[in-house]
Amino acid sequence: MALLVDKLRPRSLEELTYHEELSKRLRSLAQCGDFPHLLVYGPSGAGKKTRVVATLKELFGPGVEKIKIDARVFMTSSNRKLEFNIVASVYHMEITPSDVGNYDRVVIQDLLKEVAQTQQVDQAARQKFKVVVINEAENLTRDAQAALRRTMEKYSPNLRLILLANSTSNIIAPIRSRTLLIRVAAPTHDDIRSILAAAAKKEDWPLVEGLNKRIAEESGRNLRKALLMFEAVHAQNEKVTDTTPIPVPDWEVLVGQIAKEITEDRTPARVMQVRAKFYDLLTHCIPASTIIKTLCFKVMPLVDDSLKPGVIHYAAMYEHRIKTGTKAIFHLEAYVLKIMKMVEEYLMSMDM
Amino acid sequence: MASFFDIKARKAAAAAANGASSGNAEKTATESTKVQPWVEKYRPKTLSDVTAQDHTVTVLQRTLQASNLPHMLFYGPPGTGKTSTILALAKELYGPELMKSRVLELNASDERGISIVREKVKDFARMQLTNPPPGYKSRFPCPPFKIIILDEADSMTQDAQSALRRTMETYSKITRFCLICNYVTRIIDPLASRCSKFRFKSLDEGNAKKRLEDIASLEGVTLEDGAVDALIRCSEGDLRKAITYLQSAARLVGAAAQTGGGDADEMEVDNAAVTVKVVEDIAGVIPEATIQRLLKAMKPGGSGTVSSVVEDMVADGWSAAQTMTQLYQAVVYDETLPDIQKNKIVTVFSEVDKWLVDGADENLAILDLAAKISGIMAGR
Repeated sequence: MALLVDKLRPRSLEELTYHEELSKRLRSLAQCGDFPHLLVYGPSGAGKKTRVVATLKELFGPGVEKIKIDARVFMTSSNRKLEFNIVASVYHMEITPSDVGNYDRVVIQDLLKEVAQTQQVDQAARQKFKVVVINEAENLTRDAQAALRRTMEKYSPNLRLILLANSTSNIIAPIRSRTLLIRVAAPTHDDIRSILAAAAKKEDWPLVEGLNKRIAEESGRNLRKALLMFEAVHAQNEKVTDTTPIPVPDWEVLVGQIAKEITEDRTPARVMQVRAKFYDLLTHCIPASTIIKTLCFKVMPLVDDSLKPGVIHYAAMYEHRIKTGTKAIFHLEAYVLKIMKMVEEYLMSMDM
Repeated sequence: MASFFDIKARKAAAAAANGASSGNAEKTATESTKVQPWVEKYRPKTLSDVTAQDHTVTVLQRTLQASNLPHMLFYGPPGTGKTSTILALAKELYGPELMKSRVLELNASDERGISIVREKVKDFARMQLTNPPPGYKSRFPCPPFKIIILDEADSMTQDAQSALRRTMETYSKITRFCLICNYVTRIIDPLASRCSKFRFKSLDEGNAKKRLEDIASLEGVTLEDGAVDALIRCSEGDLRKAITYLQSAARLVGAAAQTGGGDADEMEVDNAAVTVKVVEDIAGVIPEATIQRLLKAMKPGGSGTVSSVVEDMVADGWSAAQTMTQLYQAVVYDETLPDIQKNKIVTVFSEVDKWLVDGADENLAILDLAAKISGIMAGR
């Protein structure tokens, strides 16, 4: 049985519910024949990918839904072999170049050149060009982006690119000026609520207005997360009411515990306990920057207002160091120690 | 077109239906100009068409009459017409026929390592001149040298630049170089000293506005009041960016109107106007109201909490870099803030900017920025 998220995913532009203005624009772009390169950006769970797939369908017809996975091998200049997975249909191709880390330039150059130099085989195809969708474009290296710039101009008759990114900050200016920027904002709480209500109706689940409202708020305007939570609630409970607790992921519970522990007791022994928990999280592949971000937001309500700017500042600082450094645990512990020190100092000043 | 490969039949057909075929050619010509980017389509054709660079243009026009040219180094911010100027100059000097054999243009998208400088540039520089066809010289000056244009020269490696030094001098009798770059400091001194430098200043508003309005009326795009100003504001003096934005905007609003047709006539049917909002959407600019809301939340005793405003902005998908640029503008030009506070705030901006460039989490970075600024504003 498929998850609700996949089962209820809209397949065409008509079925999309919120951001109607945007859907209308995408449709007219797809129909006008002169389709530009796109850069679609927005937070995760806002529906970027869904919109892109729907646009592709509008461009090429139902053929884009017949996809296959291709494993390709690329050679780098130093003769290393790279395995790379491509999701492709006859009309389009979807790649995630950040999978191969620093070698993304090789993949971009080889693959795009190959696509661009072959004409569309199918005579009955609606468009002359092929579309390449690039996921996680913000993680592309500078080199790869520069290579992209050349390719975009050179092969524009045969190739259109759709870049998907969470933010445009890391996209170089020449690419931004060559693409049409499309911002997909996260759905509002009301949007999420109406979608949840529609989902409940489809699944024959009872409609619980209060619960849906809470889910919408808990999800942080992330529709994917909201739907997953919604499904989890209904799967775990026979009967749902307004007050049914929403199950939170284990790791979030654990981070919550850490936050509580470090604000309650500030001793070296406690740091050792927390270290074990951090290792537990890290070995379960929770990204360190997610941990530090969640920890920051969990600690915030537990400390005094005057400490909050500090908590945020050090979270941002250590998160930056995690990105530039190599070993995450150092920075996580340093952050914990900083919080402990701040809380301790604050309490001491209260006593005096 | 069954007789496509039969040349005789084609000629006969062409002779018979001259009118029809010329009409056909025209149609394909309009098709190709339609898909052409407007930036290319409206590139200035002659030196006098180049807007807002009076000083440079007068100097170059004088050289045009004297039929001699120094090596040149054009520098200035992007989109101010550096490439357009040299192309227009080359066109005026050589005319369409000699242009191909006398001008070599290399830009950053061509491979431009040291080997290319050694081979391609040197070969071209070494090549002897061809004589212009008789009668051609009366129309174009055709001075006895070739021009090599190195566009985006600041992205050339140091080695490649130093390899140019000798080449420039050895073949100076028959070849002139024109280097184009954004940052003159990235050009090594020995090269810079061999060229006469031309600085291109960023376009003033009046000229940019006029140009954009011209293009809009030629393309049959209706512009709402203030849309041109929005274009100029969003593009920060870069005319190329402004024209690209204009084209995207026209495509976006016009796309619905011209679904059926491929003809140029139908372009004029679209009566939907380009609005300020559309322009800002395309440029990815955050609406002024949102920035003001954030600013208000940061000020002491302001309405709403900073964290909720920031969360909303992140959920709406505004990029952190854009938020920073616009917030910076808003803070620096805010008259109500004392200078000493601005001083501190700008330091915060520089720190956070570095974080973002290194790829730190946007949500945390912006939240920290906002928290710190509000702390400074409160006088802590």
